[in-house]
Amino acid sequence: MSAFLTIEGLNVSLSGVLPILRSVDLAVHAGEVRGLVGESGAGKSMIGKAILGTLPRALRIESGRILLDGEDLQRMRPRDRRRLIGAKAALIPQDPLTALNPARRIGPQITDRLVDILGWRRRAALSRALELLDEVRITDPERVMRAYPHELSGGMRQRILIASAFAAEPRLIVADEPTTALDVTVQKQILRLIRDMQARHGTALLFVTHDLGVVSKICQTLTVLYGGLVLEDTTIEEFFAAPGHPYSAALLGATPKYTDPHGSLTPVPQSVIDAANAQLDAFDRARRQ
Amino acid sequence: MSDMIYRIRDLRLDFPDMTRKPLFGPAPRIEVLKGLGFDIPRGDVVGIVGSSGSGKSTLGRAMLRLLEPSHGSILFEGRDITHLPESALRPLRRKFQMIFQDPMSSLNPRLTVGTIIAGPLRLHGFDDLGRRVGRALDHVGLPEAMRHRYPHELSGGQRQRVGIARAIALEPDFILADEIVSGLDVSSQAQVLNLLETLVRELGLTLAFISHDLSVIRRLCKRVIVLHRGEIVETGDTAAVFRAPKAACTRELIEAIPLPDPNQTWA
Repeated sequence: MSAFLTIEGLNVSLSGVLPILRSVDLAVHAGEVRGLVGESGAGKSMIGKAILGTLPRALRIESGRILLDGEDLQRMRPRDRRRLIGAKAALIPQDPLTALNPARRIGPQITDRLVDILGWRRRAALSRALELLDEVRITDPERVMRAYPHELSGGMRQRILIASAFAAEPRLIVADEPTTALDVTVQKQILRLIRDMQARHGTALLFVTHDLGVVSKICQTLTVLYGGLVLEDTTIEEFFAAPGHPYSAALLGATPKYTDPHGSLTPVPQSVIDAANAQLDAFDRARRQ
Repeated sequence: MSDMIYRIRDLRLDFPDMTRKPLFGPAPRIEVLKGLGFDIPRGDVVGIVGSSGSGKSTLGRAMLRLLEPSHGSILFEGRDITHLPESALRPLRRKFQMIFQDPMSSLNPRLTVGTIIAGPLRLHGFDDLGRRVGRALDHVGLPEAMRHRYPHELSGGQRQRVGIARAIALEPDFILADEIVSGLDVSSQAQVLNLLETLVRELGLTLAFISHDLSVIRRLCKRVIVLHRGEIVETGDTAAVFRAPKAACTRELIEAIPLPDPNQTWA
């Protein structure tokens, strides 16, 4: 079976000068949960934005292909591209408070996309929204549909955004650090919910995070990024058993474990950072030639 | 008793509940802290944990008298600060400092690192600012040249170090750290945690560390206070609490930590 999302040799730069993504290859199959990890600035969110067509204006796709359901996004007319992305992909954003409009009720914020972009009838969109709020285990969905974001807790808001992401039955969901704003107990509920929804709907999920604990709970496969370069593409079992790159091993070493409180907590060593930077330089040199 | 930094008894704090305010008349009060009592001995590192809404940040703010309690008492180094007016608090503020959660919004983007760290020193009438700033930078492991940089030029971990430098420059007796590593990458998080451990050891700081991440608390804190809905549900030696958590919500918090291990069963 071919992958639902395929990225081949994607190069993105800041106005042609500063490389942001360096020849990224990546594939997500239907029903697969792929983790995308790296430190801040590694470009992991930028991959999500490139797929969804929401890259900041200053960033430019230099070369490479993004295939969504077999269609090359770069070769489509912008209008068709937006329609394809709107119908087949969705985002679960990081911060549930800023992602919702504070001045509007929840209901229309879920149904707008269905009605305006996908051309559903309002009545159908409404009943779909209620169904989904029920599916993400919100009690009393009718009341929540009429509520404003500030009346709801962080966990509730994130559930709403998950419901909203699944509303149009997308085949791919990009989740950009969806639980970093939540506390651990709510995080656990939300991760389980995303996992259940993803499995039930057979959605391909690209899960952006820097938390390797979270990765081990939700992902099946993993891509490790450093400076916009893919260092490792592996399965979860292999990664945690034997990380394939010194940088991956260093990230694991920097993650605190409550079961081992006195084990050493080592920041990524300078030697590993130097080696990874050398790898970036080598890549840039090879590319210039 | 001078070896107790804090003595807190029956601390209560309420806010007006604006969601239930009638059209006319005052809003009903909602109690956020419901009678907390504990001591913090000098040199102790205490973790304050709880899920969101449990009142941990409110407790921290009451301890630093950024909020005024409605009931009970807070003794700081033997002195009752529960209802002290701001003018009387001002000279005391040098002794209890805070490190904030988000270093980007707690550092003025238009000031250099040096000016940021010197700000509170100037306010409290210190002299010899240049040397003190240099020493604070040295303590947090930032190069001297960093004092001429602006916050946006620094990484998240470096910014958080500036926040720490600003707090320790005043040589306070007590520091409150409110979720200071939750916004950082694992590698910067490890650096900041190691730095705090060193500072506690070298400067003999007394530290209260607010977090919802129990793996961080377990690593850093000798003692832990678990809050749930404005009440202390469990307190004790960190190792003991982790070995045999008594309260249901402590167990829940511990079990919810995602270990970096795919074999951990997550019931």
